[in-house]
Amino acid sequence: MTQELLYNIASIGLFGIGLYGLIVAPHIVRKILAINIMSMGVFMLLVASASNVNGTPDPVLHAMVLTGIVVAIAGTAMALFLAGKIHTLGQASDKDDH
Amino acid sequence: MFQTPEFQDNNHADELPVVSKILCAIAVGILSLGLIVVLMVTDNPPSSLPALVQGQLTQSGVQNPVTAVLLNFRSYDTLLEIAVLLIVAVAMLPNSQDSRLVSVVTNAQVNPVLEAVLRWLIPMIIVMAGYLLWTGASLPGGAFQSGALLASAGVLVQLSGRLQFCFTSTIAKLLLTIGLITFMIVGVGVATTTGVILQYPTQLAAPLILLIESAATLSIAAILLLLYNSLATQTVDISSASAKQPSTSNKSPAPNETLQSTTGEPAS
Amino acid sequence: MDFDLFIDSCLVIGILTLACLCLATKNLFTAIILFVSLGLLVTIAWVRLNAPDLAIAEAAIGAGLTGALLLATWRQLRVEPANNDADTPNKSGDENVPNP
Repeated sequence: MTQELLYNIASIGLFGIGLYGLIVAPHIVRKILAINIMSMGVFMLLVASASNVNGTPDPVLHAMVLTGIVVAIAGTAMALFLAGKIHTLGQASDKDDH
Repeated sequence: MFQTPEFQDNNHADELPVVSKILCAIAVGILSLGLIVVLMVTDNPPSSLPALVQGQLTQSGVQNPVTAVLLNFRSYDTLLEIAVLLIVAVAMLPNSQDSRLVSVVTNAQVNPVLEAVLRWLIPMIIVMAGYLLWTGASLPGGAFQSGALLASAGVLVQLSGRLQFCFTSTIAKLLLTIGLITFMIVGVGVATTTGVILQYPTQLAAPLILLIESAATLSIAAILLLLYNSLATQTVDISSASAKQPSTSNKSPAPNETLQSTTGEPAS
Repeated sequence: MDFDLFIDSCLVIGILTLACLCLATKNLFTAIILFVSLGLLVTIAWVRLNAPDLAIAEAAIGAGLTGALLLATWRQLRVEPANNDADTPNKSGDENVPNP
């Protein structure tokens, strides 16, 4: 078992755990955590494929994953902001129903 | 499946029934096993891109291949990435009308230990961020790492309670947009010399990359700090709720506390 | 087995265990803290995979700033008084508590 195969299996494992957590989790912040875990799995797959080149590792895949990390935090921040707004508006409209 | 540690129970009314959870687990497990089998069976043919990058590295102006790819060979992707960050920042701009970027909080609940540590730590973080930016040309580093470090410094400053950031002032808007503006000006400006947008002339590549990275560092730091700031200072707009002041980011995490606090007081 | 492979398998077992625990705990605060630790272990994985730029970026952005954002949201969702009744259907589906 090479290092690349081991990290490939780990990345698919992370993706599967994240996918199960995304479907099953009741709370919206847990779903956001699960999406982040899935994206960590995808990045790990990309970097594991990049590390097998003789000599220096593949820089194009590293740059792609770096872009991916930054866009993932932007998406997470937006999702958390929307979750807070949903929570606030849900409470407000529940109070209006009384 | 595995033994979860004992925690306080929570409201199970919204969870899926156990049968659905087991079916989901089986489906996800079959999918994962299928993907692992596919990965083991396919070979990974060696890609020609690393050799191409190594061949053109001397003409790119930097020695670090990742920086060369990010800011020279695939600079369009980085331009669009900064644009995506700016779009998210615009979506999360706060509503306040304060016109100062950094303001001193009155009646501050200062965390004295954190403030004392920060007097030493913040200058070191700024120097470290500048070092990461400068050394990104030849060693691991670059604009994103440096910008994230500066944003973490801003988060620490806001956590100490003494200062508060507000990103609706003019200088804040300048900081947020300078990365994208510089990148676009450089990208279009080099088109007048070389004829292609974002293709730097070879002798000017290194200073142009440093200029773009510096502006991008400021911009990324401002955007990430804005993301944290607007999440940490949200107000509750329910008119019939008791008056709530904007919660500053003083976090007092009680480790055994769940979301089940029925009143506003933290459970002991 | 080779020593490098042994280190890598310990790291992978740690990462998968943390991911399972993160999504299985009942306390949301614990899940957030486990997610930050998962980010730090993934940082070490990037170092093992010869990607130092990614390691610096993941440590600063993935573990540090994402943890700060999650904790800020956790506080926001926790501090508001639970004004819903127990049998009112929630629009957000979060763990809101029935008022005693």
